[in-house]
Amino acid sequence: MSDERGVENHDVYGLMAEFDGVAHLIEATQSAYDHGFRLMEAYTPFPVEGLDLALGYYRNKVPRTVFAGAVLGGIGGFLLQCWSAIWYYPHNIAGKPLYSWPAFIPITFEMAVLGGALSAVFGMLYFNGLPRLYHPVFNVPEFVQASNDRFFLCIQSRDPLFDPKETLSFLESRGPRVISVVPY
Amino acid sequence: MAELKHKEDRRPGPPPVLAPGHTFGSVTSKISSLVLTDPYDWRWAIGMGIGSSLLLLFAVAVVQLLLRGIGIWGVNVPVMWGLAIINFVWWIGIGHAGTLISAILLLLKQEWRTSINRFAEAMTLFAVACAGVFPLLHMGRPWKFYWLLPYPNTMALLPQWRSPLVWDVFAVSTYASVSVMFWYVGLIPDLATLRDRAISRPAQLIYGSLALGWRGSARHWARYKSAYMLLAALATPLVVSVHTVVSFDFAASVIPGWHTTIFPPYFVAGAIFSGFAMVVTLCVPLRAAYGLHDFITDRHLDNMAKILLVTGSIVGYGYAMEFFIAWYSANPYEGFLFLEARPFGWYANAYRTMIFCNVLIPQLFWFPACRRNVMLLWICSLIVNVGMWLERYVIVITSTSQDFLPSSWAMYYPTFWDWATFLGTIGLFLFLMFLFIRFLPVIAIAEMRELVHETDHHAARERGLPAGEPHGEAR
Repeated sequence: MSDERGVENHDVYGLMAEFDGVAHLIEATQSAYDHGFRLMEAYTPFPVEGLDLALGYYRNKVPRTVFAGAVLGGIGGFLLQCWSAIWYYPHNIAGKPLYSWPAFIPITFEMAVLGGALSAVFGMLYFNGLPRLYHPVFNVPEFVQASNDRFFLCIQSRDPLFDPKETLSFLESRGPRVISVVPY
Repeated sequence: MAELKHKEDRRPGPPPVLAPGHTFGSVTSKISSLVLTDPYDWRWAIGMGIGSSLLLLFAVAVVQLLLRGIGIWGVNVPVMWGLAIINFVWWIGIGHAGTLISAILLLLKQEWRTSINRFAEAMTLFAVACAGVFPLLHMGRPWKFYWLLPYPNTMALLPQWRSPLVWDVFAVSTYASVSVMFWYVGLIPDLATLRDRAISRPAQLIYGSLALGWRGSARHWARYKSAYMLLAALATPLVVSVHTVVSFDFAASVIPGWHTTIFPPYFVAGAIFSGFAMVVTLCVPLRAAYGLHDFITDRHLDNMAKILLVTGSIVGYGYAMEFFIAWYSANPYEGFLFLEARPFGWYANAYRTMIFCNVLIPQLFWFPACRRNVMLLWICSLIVNVGMWLERYVIVITSTSQDFLPSSWAMYYPTFWDWATFLGTIGLFLFLMFLFIRFLPVIAIAEMRELVHETDHHAARERGLPAGEPHGEAR
């Protein structure tokens, strides 16, 4: 790592290009990926299908987290009832067997749903690294439009291919509206 | 182009789900301006005034109840459930339409749901909050509510897991929790929009904190989408289970009129019926007051009227089947209840009004002219709300007031405090609803932007993939 580049990287988070259309952004992202950039991120005001794939992102761990949460919740709920009805507080009610599993199903189901829902929400937030109120991209004044009608692509300075001049000219060749430097 | 025009003229499709001409920016600024820039107006003030006045009444009623006990209500042997349980079932049923709109219609890719899902979800939350109040107050010692939950305690007691009432505790609390999470997750991108558009510093800080630093990153959206879809997939069976369990509270007993297998599906249909009626009741004035005709179009009202018709007819089928089984089973108690007590007995007026409101009134919606008449639709929705309240009234009161032994029969008379508590929860509901309208976006902004994108995309595709499409292969 040369000194010059090290200094640069400490001051600059990345370069951010602003686009005014979905198709434009996907095209630019795809070509940045093909160009070899990996540490980059696109910002859009609504979920854009295929953009995560254009960024080379395909490991979404949320579904398996939800599955695990639902299974754990369901098993936990069922075992709680078994433990309390059979072992901890056995009580003969209308001659029903202590292990009356059909009666335990509604709560098992509810606990499975609760476990799944909690892991969906908190898993999504955890994998997204949220809450995180400060992020360098917020330093770009135009970035407020990312929650309105503008589409952004930010190539980070941590990317091995990042070079201020070359990356800038690469982004310029993609025809953005504006290119901004993202300071830390 | 002329050819296309001709085709459109020949077959007029349904009204669009979004008025034409909207862009990402126009959707964002219209919806966020309701919260950020529009001044308080007199209609909001009146609504909030009514809501908070009734909320004060609620406070008085609850304090009375806590001081004097549930003897101030009209519940007594043999009608032990009274208005409290009627209101509980009514409110929780209203909540169900919100989940149906936000979850089931999302999974079915009904894009017309987009503009009504946010406030329908809010309606769910507030209705569940109102519903939850009643069983708590009805316990007599509400401060001991936590005895319902399994927790280690010195009494070495745990809930009776075979009781539907315990299932209900789990079902309703899970439902409330999942509804809150679903609603909040849906709000996060919109809170970020409000953060970015707010002018005052306090608003920026509050919306910014609530938005959790959302920045619309593509990877975040991908995880967000899957979390949201999975929440919808979890909420769908949940909503069915909740009202099923509520119906088990009745159906697992031996009381005539309650002990029937049709209760779960009939309760779920009734819940959706009353909930959609409440959505219409809220949606029509909201759209008029805030000029949201571009987003909540006649298509929405038309579709909701159709759902009212379908679910109202299912409810009507439920009533008919109860009659049939009462006769066919040859059970004297069931037969007495359905063939004498309900249609001709002490509460015949309530029963007949219920049939009128729930079965006859929705039949108007067979006619397109009735579905498109906003005023008529709104009035019908109010009638359905009343009818569904009466349904629970008929179920709870007629069955318990005249059960097996004539010696134990007695009329039920609600007291002032019963009504005060009920009106009070309406106040709580209105209060929360008006707070929500004032401080949060009533329509999901990010989803509307997505809808604009999809509408444009489909329009472009229908025009035969012109040059605007980047990767479009010419066919």
